[in-house]
Amino acid sequence: MADLSTNLAGIKSPNPFWIASGPPGNTAYQAHRAFEAGWGGVVWKTIGDPIRNVSSRYSSIDYGNMRMVGLNNIELISDRSPETNFREIAEVKKRWPNHAVIASLMVDTRENWHDFVKRSADYGADGIELNFGCPHGMCERGMGSAVGQNPDVAQTIIEWVMEVATIPVIAKLTPNITDITAAARAAKRGGANAISLINTINSITQVDLDTFVPEPFVGGLSSHGGYCGPAVKPIALNMLQSCASDPEVGLPISGIGGIATWRDAAEFVALGSTTVQVCTAVMHYGFRIVEDMIDGLGDYLDSKGFKSLEDLRGRAVDTVRKWETLDLNYKRIAEIDYGKCIGCNLCYIACEDGAHQAIALADPAPYDLGPGRIPGKPVPEIKEEECVGCNLCSLVCPVHGCITMVSVETGLEPLAWADYQTRLAAGDATAFPPHP
Amino acid sequence: MPLSPKLTADQLATNLGDIAPRYSEQQAIVESSRCLFCFDAPCITACPTGIDIPAFIKKIMTGNVTGAARTILSANILGASCARVCPTEVLCEGACVMLDRDSDPIKIGRLQRYATDHVYENRIPVLKPAAKKSGKRVAVIGGGPAGMGCAAELARLGHEVVIFERKPNAGGLNTYGIAYYKMKPAVSLEEVALVKSLGVEFRCGVEVGEDVTRADLERFDAIFIGVGLGDGKRLRIPGEDLPEVIDALTFIEQIHTDPLHQIPVGARVAVIGCGNTAIDAATQARRLGAEEVIVIYRRGELQMSAYAFEYDLAKRDGATFLFHHTPVEVLGRDGHVTGLRLARTRFNDSGALEQVEGSEFTEPFDMVLKAVGQQKQSEWLTKLFPGLELNRNGTMVRDFETGRTSLPRVFTGGDCANGGREVVNAVGEGKKAARGMHKMFGEAEVVGPIQPSRWGVANGPFGSGLDAPIRVPELEAKYEQLSPASHPEPATSALT
Repeated sequence: MADLSTNLAGIKSPNPFWIASGPPGNTAYQAHRAFEAGWGGVVWKTIGDPIRNVSSRYSSIDYGNMRMVGLNNIELISDRSPETNFREIAEVKKRWPNHAVIASLMVDTRENWHDFVKRSADYGADGIELNFGCPHGMCERGMGSAVGQNPDVAQTIIEWVMEVATIPVIAKLTPNITDITAAARAAKRGGANAISLINTINSITQVDLDTFVPEPFVGGLSSHGGYCGPAVKPIALNMLQSCASDPEVGLPISGIGGIATWRDAAEFVALGSTTVQVCTAVMHYGFRIVEDMIDGLGDYLDSKGFKSLEDLRGRAVDTVRKWETLDLNYKRIAEIDYGKCIGCNLCYIACEDGAHQAIALADPAPYDLGPGRIPGKPVPEIKEEECVGCNLCSLVCPVHGCITMVSVETGLEPLAWADYQTRLAAGDATAFPPHP
Repeated sequence: MPLSPKLTADQLATNLGDIAPRYSEQQAIVESSRCLFCFDAPCITACPTGIDIPAFIKKIMTGNVTGAARTILSANILGASCARVCPTEVLCEGACVMLDRDSDPIKIGRLQRYATDHVYENRIPVLKPAAKKSGKRVAVIGGGPAGMGCAAELARLGHEVVIFERKPNAGGLNTYGIAYYKMKPAVSLEEVALVKSLGVEFRCGVEVGEDVTRADLERFDAIFIGVGLGDGKRLRIPGEDLPEVIDALTFIEQIHTDPLHQIPVGARVAVIGCGNTAIDAATQARRLGAEEVIVIYRRGELQMSAYAFEYDLAKRDGATFLFHHTPVEVLGRDGHVTGLRLARTRFNDSGALEQVEGSEFTEPFDMVLKAVGQQKQSEWLTKLFPGLELNRNGTMVRDFETGRTSLPRVFTGGDCANGGREVVNAVGEGKKAARGMHKMFGEAEVVGPIQPSRWGVANGPFGSGLDAPIRVPELEAKYEQLSPASHPEPATSALT
């Protein structure tokens, strides 16, 4: 099987799967369980001045039968003393010398940062993650996302940390910012060895329509919570790619945000992650999910002939470009496999009401339909001339492989918007007529 | 020996409890989430009342259960009973696209029950009487599913309706004739109350032709005949009048009117016939405590008119089947049934069924349930409505779109019109007749329901099962030729 071992700025782990800082990484007991299950690393629940939490703390959104498509929380950093946390980190490291244990830290003054950074190294942590991301509670006290949202402040704190750091330092970035690369560049300028992203997103998941108080409910009130889970993955991937493709960042990245399967992990690696961090999926199903992640990712690498994660890392980063570089003359259209079509006609109504009116309901007679179809019921038919290749029908189709998008030869030279503008200005091209 | 009850009230409550209990909220959400929310969904077209099924399922999923019930009941006033008694396997669920995706169809019947139970149990009014009255009056003869379907639609369109019902309670077979483990009579009576709440007047215990004359009926602007079928057919064999030889529908009715622990049942019961009523009788006899129930059918397994899932249910309930046999005599001693003399049957070279000579033998039974079909009400019909044109099989000649008979102001629907089909067909036909009358009264044509998203769509909205069913109106006539129910079994002998 392909080599899954990783090295993030000097932090080594047997595989890229780390427990993200949060409830699953709160104690030595949990870290032992995580490593026994197969996880490669644990980022400890953020250590700082012990806090007092509220009850309740989490809320989520469901979609149909799917529970916890997105989760949010208003839980603060560790409520245990720094002494207990550091002592337990040492215990865990003693038993798991080849696994990564990273101390997540969040304090306020330069003096305190120095103290906590030194203690992390003294107690045997393999690295430090600076929590610049929590969007609830701690930010009101000038920490967490309050730092991450202000690149200059973040840079200053990283500089304080680097004054005394003897182990690798990862700056964890908040997504609650207009341009995450500004924060990533600040991390670079401050001297951080790596970045991790994304932390949770500001959110309100649901409003109780009887009490009119959102969840999580705390004595008649609620608060903005940090949002995570499968629903945030696209946002995380976008920010990951932005940082991975920015030459001014150039730091190794630990990817976080909605990772629940080996496939998610592979996508993160393809967009530039060195390691991936998982929290919500463990909160949902427990540490055992890592088994599938490990052999799923290994088998995938093997199937592609990749010897290690290095062969996959960053492969997709460069395929994401500015819109203006995309070929305006490329065309794909939808193709329906009538043998698989079950006659729900969702593609028709999606296109008709929601997109480009490029599917007709046609006489089924000429088509070789699958079994069980109602006689005479109209079938969807792609109007090839009208189809803009938007993908929507293939997205709504509930049957695997029934609607596929196929590239069609237009016979036209590739033409990107930027080139088109240049040629127009030079008088070398005529303007495209507007869509009728 | 006279028959006696076999089990205690507690045992019977278990045995005859709901075969498909109401979904919990959790189950309803899980199941409704599976629905794809098809556009022009085939389930709608497979429903003879054209319920917008995906719409109500989506509403259940969003927690709008009252709205789901409104969608159901505005299309099918008997949505609660149809949820329980419809052979969904061959209707909506049989048309579900999930079947083509190698998965189970959505459990539409169970979801429909979940939604309708919600509004009945919580007394939530979802249908309102018409605000504007037309001044037209319609007499509905028969308070069964067809009559109620017709009356409810008429009332909602603003017409005044009086239902004349022979029995003490309306609801027809829904009140008296459904297998008890599928539906309790209380559900049907709730539906009667719903129809009443729309302003329909019920006159029960009234014999039309005696208590109400044709002249009385003539004072109405239109008449709907929804009298269903008549008494069970006779076997016409010796011994048939012994007290333990009972018509299956009479037996089932008793289950609905008497306390369960007082219903006598045999220890070894023969059920004659193999339609869905025979199955209902067989399963209920078993559940009432009969040790052995044998369904005797003169043809083979492939020819039975019972649905496959009903057949399976009877087998699971421990009933056994004796195909290619026919009773030739009911044996008795001291005025009580002791058994049947049976003969084997076979199809001869020309394909006709014949008795095998010399094949007779006797089997001990202490109860015989007859389920060989019901008689048509031809005599009563032609007596009350001279000039009413009947088909050769005793059904009424009628326009399939409007239910209009050969008499101008007389409409029909349900079993008496179609020869015996499902409750949901009766409701749909009653509703169509109501719309036919509405049009006859000079009002605007009423159609639908059609999925709201279909309105205004060019190129053939596929419509609902009411207006454009999978069995299109043109095929309805053909269906009646093919339907086993419409094949009159000659009453001269149990053997054809």
